[in-house]
Amino acid sequence: MVKIEILDQKDTRSGFGAGLLELGRTNPNVVGLCADLTGSLKMDAFKKEFPDRFIQTGIAEANMIGMAAGLATGGKIPFTGTFANFSTGRVYDQIRQSVAYSGKNVKICASHAGVTLGEDGATHQILEDIGLMKMLPGMVVINPCDYNQTKAATIAIADYDGPVYLRFGRPKWPVFTAPDQKFEIGKAWHINSGNAVSIFCTGHLVWKAIKAGEILAEMGIEADIINIHTIKPLDNEAVLASVAKTGCAVTAEEHQMNGGLGDSICQLLALNNPAPVEMVAVNDSFGESGTPDELLVKYGLETINIVEAVKRVMKRK
Amino acid sequence: MSAKHTVKQLEDIASQVRRDIVRMVHAVQSGHPGGSLGCSDLLVALYHEVMDYQPKPFNMVGNNEDIFILSNGHISPVLYSSMARAGIFEVSELATFRKLNSRLQGHPATHEHLEGVRIASGSLGQGLSVATGIALSKRMNNDPKMVYCLMGDGELEEGQNWEAIMFAAHNKVDNLIGIVDFNGQQIDGSTANIMGLTEIKDKFEAFGWLTMDMDGNNMANVVDTLAKAKTISGKGKPVLIKMKTEMGAGVDFMMGSHEWHGIAPNNDQLANALAQLPETMGDY
Repeated sequence: MVKIEILDQKDTRSGFGAGLLELGRTNPNVVGLCADLTGSLKMDAFKKEFPDRFIQTGIAEANMIGMAAGLATGGKIPFTGTFANFSTGRVYDQIRQSVAYSGKNVKICASHAGVTLGEDGATHQILEDIGLMKMLPGMVVINPCDYNQTKAATIAIADYDGPVYLRFGRPKWPVFTAPDQKFEIGKAWHINSGNAVSIFCTGHLVWKAIKAGEILAEMGIEADIINIHTIKPLDNEAVLASVAKTGCAVTAEEHQMNGGLGDSICQLLALNNPAPVEMVAVNDSFGESGTPDELLVKYGLETINIVEAVKRVMKRK
Repeated sequence: MSAKHTVKQLEDIASQVRRDIVRMVHAVQSGHPGGSLGCSDLLVALYHEVMDYQPKPFNMVGNNEDIFILSNGHISPVLYSSMARAGIFEVSELATFRKLNSRLQGHPATHEHLEGVRIASGSLGQGLSVATGIALSKRMNNDPKMVYCLMGDGELEEGQNWEAIMFAAHNKVDNLIGIVDFNGQQIDGSTANIMGLTEIKDKFEAFGWLTMDMDGNNMANVVDTLAKAKTISGKGKPVLIKMKTEMGAGVDFMMGSHEWHGIAPNNDQLANALAQLPETMGDY
């Protein structure tokens, strides 16, 4: 197992804020919109430096998405910011008609996704957003794993012409990817090479998968660990090549089983190379109040859950 | 404003647009003739007289062009005919309305790349937000042109409109002219019975908009009111025009009821309607 060092502890939303600020300086067409959560989305620095390109929409997410579609029509590159729940479920039809069907170059940037939002509870902990967004034709769906990857993804999506859903989170989290990485949409990151099992992971659970890989290595199980930061378009080639080698897979994500990364992997494998899969994800349940760490344990999203899933899936080979 | 057409010439174009509408809807036995006929004078005035824009080649961004957004997308026949008759795309393409592989979808869409359409609409209540976004982009670009947005009166029941109405006033989006088609009808009956709007001008004024009245089926008044709306724009407030129309205007048996909101005429009804609408530009 390759050694992955923790460089720092930072929230992924701050990676978004840093990426947006850099974009403000390099791309005059980038516009920021926020629905009364500027501090939470870490958009303050962009707002301060580019007040004429920052739009405070108030607590009115539907109008924010519609205006973003209008700004994109006018040649701007709008980045909307609010919590993941209000970025997707609350405005699904606005995204569907005014953004996705209309093919608008809108970047929907969503913080506080998943149970690691913590104490606010299930009203705010959306676990369905990846599924909602990946169902929309033409929508790109990205869920980066740490501060550096989020920053790089934020910068990269400005150069892509089309609608993008960028999902990140609230808590401080290990930073372990390279600070000046080049982010390529749809190109998976091969973290560790192994032949025993494939582990496909996204978002906060990438760090958990790496820790699981270390435990498995001590048990003599070398896992092929692949970070799927772009859930759509999926890196089919990387997934199929890995499973051709390992013959089984575990998926890990902070999302419902229904509609998430695991679901995409299962579909791809069923159509091309049926192989046993175990999914580490939330199983048809809402979240609840608690600390992020407590919730990850209770909802089965911990390192140990990935290790156990590997053991189960290897028996099914 | 130097007139491009006389009122009579615009009325003649509107007569042809109304012919197109009933023929398009009849041909596929589906679509929305009532609201389309009611808004024919407005769309002819906008596309043939009032708006400053380049019909060809179509440019999505529309820098330095006036832009029109149709929020109540179900009246697509009047949009398609008005645009085709203005030379934005070929008139012959009207024959494909609502058919398989057509660019003229049941509700307007950008997906098939029909020139002149900048946003999909049909799911109601979204157009004013989009128009506001376009108006903001024009402001950022120091582009002095206007954005017009047509909404239905029943459509104002959708809450998103009020988010946009509040935003546009607060942010002094004064290159935006909203027009509400006040025909008093929606699918299940009169707006007064379904969801009373009371005086919509009072509501918009309370939100900080300037308001005007317009007789939407009087071409001289439409052209005159749109010109006045432009002169009061640019002074820190968005403008709302309450446009009184008759659903089905121009075809006597379609007027005065919500019955013709979303049904097509049969052969006899088509003949009756066409007899009331002079062919002025040649049928497609």
